[in-house]
Amino acid sequence: MNQLKPAVLSLVMLTLVTGVAYPLAVTGIAQVLFPFQANGSLIARGDAVVGSTLVGQPFDDPKYFWSRPSATGPMAYNGAVSSGSNLGPLSDDLTTAVQGRIEALRAADPGNTAPVPIDLVTASGSGLDPNISPAAARYQAGRVARIRNVPEAAVLSLVAQHTRGRQWGFFGEPVVDVLPLNLAVDELGTKQ
Amino acid sequence: MTVNGFLQVGMYVVVLLALAKPLGGFMARVYDGKSTWLSPVLRPLERLIYRVCGVDPDEGMTWKTYAVSMLLFNFLGLLVVYGLQRLQGILPLNPQGFAAVTPDSSFNTAASFATNTNWQGYVGEATMSYATQMLGLAVQNFVSAATGMAVLVALIRGFREAGSRTVGNFWVTLTRSTLYILLPLAIGLALVQTSQGVVQNFSAYRTVPLLQATSVTTPVKNADGNPVLDEKGEPKTETTAVTEQTLPMGPASSQIAIKQLGTNGGGFFNVNSAHPYENSTPLSNFFEVLALLLIGAALCYTFGQMVGDTRQGWAVLAAMTVIFVAMLALCEWAEYRGNPRHAAAGADIVASDVHPGGNMEGKEVRFGIANSALWATATTAASNGAVNAMHDSFTPLGGLVPLFMMQLGEVVYGGVGSGLYGMLVFAIIAVFVAGLMVGRTPEYLGKKIEAYEMKMAAIVILIPPIVVLGFTALAVVTDAGLASRFNKGAHGFSEILYAFSSMGNNNGSAFAGLSANVPFYNATGGLAMLMARYWLAIPTLAIAGSLAQKKHVPAGAGTLPTHTPLFVCMLIGVVIIVGVLTFVPALALGPIVEHLMLSQ
Repeated sequence: MNQLKPAVLSLVMLTLVTGVAYPLAVTGIAQVLFPFQANGSLIARGDAVVGSTLVGQPFDDPKYFWSRPSATGPMAYNGAVSSGSNLGPLSDDLTTAVQGRIEALRAADPGNTAPVPIDLVTASGSGLDPNISPAAARYQAGRVARIRNVPEAAVLSLVAQHTRGRQWGFFGEPVVDVLPLNLAVDELGTKQ
Repeated sequence: MTVNGFLQVGMYVVVLLALAKPLGGFMARVYDGKSTWLSPVLRPLERLIYRVCGVDPDEGMTWKTYAVSMLLFNFLGLLVVYGLQRLQGILPLNPQGFAAVTPDSSFNTAASFATNTNWQGYVGEATMSYATQMLGLAVQNFVSAATGMAVLVALIRGFREAGSRTVGNFWVTLTRSTLYILLPLAIGLALVQTSQGVVQNFSAYRTVPLLQATSVTTPVKNADGNPVLDEKGEPKTETTAVTEQTLPMGPASSQIAIKQLGTNGGGFFNVNSAHPYENSTPLSNFFEVLALLLIGAALCYTFGQMVGDTRQGWAVLAAMTVIFVAMLALCEWAEYRGNPRHAAAGADIVASDVHPGGNMEGKEVRFGIANSALWATATTAASNGAVNAMHDSFTPLGGLVPLFMMQLGEVVYGGVGSGLYGMLVFAIIAVFVAGLMVGRTPEYLGKKIEAYEMKMAAIVILIPPIVVLGFTALAVVTDAGLASRFNKGAHGFSEILYAFSSMGNNNGSAFAGLSANVPFYNATGGLAMLMARYWLAIPTLAIAGSLAQKKHVPAGAGTLPTHTPLFVCMLIGVVIIVGVLTFVPALALGPIVEHLMLSQ
């Protein structure tokens, strides 16, 4: 039991180092070097904050590019409780959900018979995925252009502007940032 | 699998192995008390800690004192984490005003973080105050990892010393592991992550407007919390507009860095490293998944260096890497192949340069298939348990890989320290089996392996399967265990098997559909984690103590060399055969039958 004293004091000392000094030091350095990222990568429009580049928002209006399905509760893209669907591959609920999403996409865009990109009909891991694949954006470009009555080329050009290739040309997958893209699409307006 | 997928995964393995020697050599210097480039800064702090704690750094401990010190230290840590959760409602740094955590959940979480498991029954961003996260969870992330490293270093000293009653000083090894190894790496990783978008602040949660308003339908409840029924007797619902989104904040990056490096895995947010604020870009993902295995792989080199023959370390690392790459290939193949039911419904599941393809349920677009399968294999190879995709939604064979990796006993790289001491116990079994074949007394690293060591090694090998299969069996025959399943049929069984494989091997990842934050799983899981940690660490220290007393016997013509490809194959064979013999019947009831059903 003569190890009790070093046990208590080691825990106190190491708590001070790793539980107090370490997070405070990292916060201090991060706030100086990377203030935008450390505070949530918030998008500002004038004085107002309109969202984060990193956290997706729900879109199911045909005039917007739709985000990926989200399994957070009680509403999609609930940032307060991140969650995936956790449905297993054999789950009937999953199969039904995927079928329903494909039907909804086709109903919103009756002329489009191309296969639906898989990321557009499966729920993301976080429920907050800010991205869709370039294929999923192109799949929706015709619909967005038609409903807004603007040239498809203009919409595709916005898609291209908001597409980011693999990081350093190598890491991860190419992505489209959905919220910034939809903000840009809104600026394009809707012609009557 | 795409060409880019191969390149990303290939580069990962190359970088991991390339860093083993420089980091491993550095750690060997730290444990031998030699000066390093960090000493001018850290040596005064290290001395201060010894002085305050009344520790004489040159005083050796017998294995029993070493074990008692470890248990005392971890028990105090458990008490502190439990107390912080129960008292967080009245403690500062709680901007969201979270109430005290329930006793059973607090016990489970305290056991989980003290044992380096980091199983999470709770939802981080909706349960834990910043004070609990920092002072309780992040501290245990450091010191539970350092505890594993301290047990490993004692075992290495057991091989190295001769005629010695002591195996080193627990407090010194603990302090050095934390200060010189974990802390500098964590600071570097935390800053890299933040540069990519991982949050690090003390703000309250933010609220931002939604560009497109949405709505939510919820059941109406009366004052007692019971559902209100309409005229037809159906539960009444109300629809409310949702125009805002909550963005969680907090000192996340500092905690995430150590959760990766220390093979802890307990996320700051509920979905762990799938969360865009926890793992923002493919680059942050690369560094996080590298950190998962970095120290575990490098410790193999440390081991070789400390026993005076680096070939011994490379041989163990080679055995681990062969198993890892084989399992990784299976997981990548299964996930790229995707779910045939989605293709039948009209979805495109073929990967290309503009499309991730494969099985994207539960995965993030920025990571795609290659990085999600890589992470799943790495996090269960290490006893980490952090996730960047939902394992519950993996294809049957894709989900079998993380399940089986845990069941191998977390010895393929494994937890920092604990993975290698587990693998060295397997090496002792391997030389014993080889010794039986030729009828000679087995030796490993110049030490005779005799009845005492074999008894202890047998305990280390047998405890995890007994814990995993025993608790799984209990869960599937009790209503309390069955009630928590989210998916039905074979997949529901897989959820339970996964939960106890995870807790019974100190991993911490989950088939997260299982509602594990209930008294049954909190209690049984907490016990499983404590057994899996200490009933392995204590016999390992006993082996260390016994070996340290023995003389080195010179290698003779009959000695089995343990640095050759032959021994590497032998070691792989022992690990795989023990795992397969123990778990194939259980796997057949879960993922294997599921795969057959999906292929129909």
